[in-house]
Amino acid sequence: MTTTVNNTAALALGDDALVLSHRLGEWAGHAPVLEEEVALANIALDLLGQARVLLSLAGDEDELAYLREERAFRNLQLVEQPNGDFAHTIARQLYFSTYQRLLYAQLAAGDGEFAPLAAKAVKEVAYHQDHAEQWTLRLGDGTDVSHERMDRACRALWRFTDEMFQPVEGVDVDGEAMRAAWLESVTDVLGRATLSVPDGPRSGAWTAGAGRQGVHTESFGRMLAEMQHLHRSHPGASW
Amino acid sequence: MATAAAHHTARTQADEAAEEAARTAAYEAVFDAAVAADDRIEPRDWMPDAYRSTLVRQIAQHAHSEIIGMQPEANWITRAPSLRRKAILMAKVQDEAGHGLYLYSAAETLGTSREELLDKLHSGRQKYSSIFNYPTLTWADVGAIGWLVDGAAITNQVPLCRCSYGPYARAMVRVCKEESFHQRQGYELLLALSRGTAEQHAMAQDAVDRWWWPSLMMFGPPDDESSHSAQSMAWKIKRHSNDELRQRFVDICVPQAASLGLTLPDPDLVWNEERGQHDFGAIDWTEFREVLKGNGPCNEQRISQRRTAHEEGAWVREAAGVYAKKHTSGTGGAASAAGETGATRA
Repeated sequence: MTTTVNNTAALALGDDALVLSHRLGEWAGHAPVLEEEVALANIALDLLGQARVLLSLAGDEDELAYLREERAFRNLQLVEQPNGDFAHTIARQLYFSTYQRLLYAQLAAGDGEFAPLAAKAVKEVAYHQDHAEQWTLRLGDGTDVSHERMDRACRALWRFTDEMFQPVEGVDVDGEAMRAAWLESVTDVLGRATLSVPDGPRSGAWTAGAGRQGVHTESFGRMLAEMQHLHRSHPGASW
Repeated sequence: MATAAAHHTARTQADEAAEEAARTAAYEAVFDAAVAADDRIEPRDWMPDAYRSTLVRQIAQHAHSEIIGMQPEANWITRAPSLRRKAILMAKVQDEAGHGLYLYSAAETLGTSREELLDKLHSGRQKYSSIFNYPTLTWADVGAIGWLVDGAAITNQVPLCRCSYGPYARAMVRVCKEESFHQRQGYELLLALSRGTAEQHAMAQDAVDRWWWPSLMMFGPPDDESSHSAQSMAWKIKRHSNDELRQRFVDICVPQAASLGLTLPDPDLVWNEERGQHDFGAIDWTEFREVLKGNGPCNEQRISQRRTAHEEGAWVREAAGVYAKKHTSGTGGAASAAGETGATRA
């Protein structure tokens, strides 16, 4: 599988949506309340829809999803992180949906090739961000146990957040402005949730900042093995 | 004074008992007339206790089936072989959670609560459809469930759109629309496999071979062993007997199997010119009873996953409840995001 440089942006954004959608799909049948079965599946479906449009811009969606190996995926390390408990999933959603909302708002306002997709998706990601925010408030400002779990989750994922603002070729946005707006928004939500903004590093060469270059974390390979197994077992078949 | 008061009380009690009996008889007559006239019974209407408890049992079992039924299909979400199929499957599993929510709401109009019903499911005091105790072993099983299991469910549920209890009938109208869509998607999935490679065709046939008989069992025991049937039909909760619906389903499936290019695993299946229906082989009722008793292939796994999800989610529901109490002047949005919590329930 080879991809051209022109596809870098579509693959980066498409892989983010594809991989996070997959992780959310793992919740089906395991959510803490029936309403969350609906909500998490709904978000997963929105993201899968975005992934399909983006990957189709870069080539054949199924070839790209099912026949690339780990090193060829361009998603952020954040979105591939395992679900963990509900707080982990919500922290991942808060960080990513806040980023995605800012990103798509900027893309929708521009006239690049992603503007039409972003204009549609920005409504979806606004809903995702609201969902993550509402749960961050409930878990942070709920019981001692939920506060502790949410705090731990926010800290654990913090080191993956800076990668979102590294420039991606073909994604024409103001990364510095997004970085500042993201921090402001997340600081506000965490504050209202009685949580403190984690103080650790937001990136490190050995942890984050490498997903866009195809260097991923260990659990990602197993996720792909599961996702791709059936498709790869029947080369050339259509489904 | 005391004696007079006692006399008065005794006379009043006797009068009240007589009045109560007369009132109940009058209510019963109104109820019977409404059922006879095909009117809908609504939550505030008087209804016999046994009608109420039968409906709670049936609607709860139906809701539980939607929720447990998510598991065998969700088992394949992460392995769906194309992004299109993955999206269809995710949407379907999401619809099932939604159906569960409608149905729990319908049951709640009868004076129970979702918490109480889930508790009965988790403790094994209420059942769910026997079909979901079978495993999904290959991708084709997702198609077989859509075609056969949803097909059987629709055959059962379409008559329920005319059920005498209004909230249940209305829930069924919404559920049936989505189920028909799922059933067509399941059929289309199997068709793609059947027309695909030899391996895909074999996978489809194997799935149909494993799901056919369990699907026929979804209609319940034969009419002469069905304990609730007669009363449910008299109350117009049920409109057709188990065997009538099973026969209708077989007659629908036979030509569909032929157009799929797949066979049904029943050597006795043959068109009966005289009856204008298909004759079919004997169902293994021993297997059916074993599955109902909890001894099917996945009973333990299904209920334990449901319990685990509920137990592991307890801290989340508790957090939402505590937050709602702290922010009682909050917005409606805050209350609805809290979802199923004791604190938000009136």
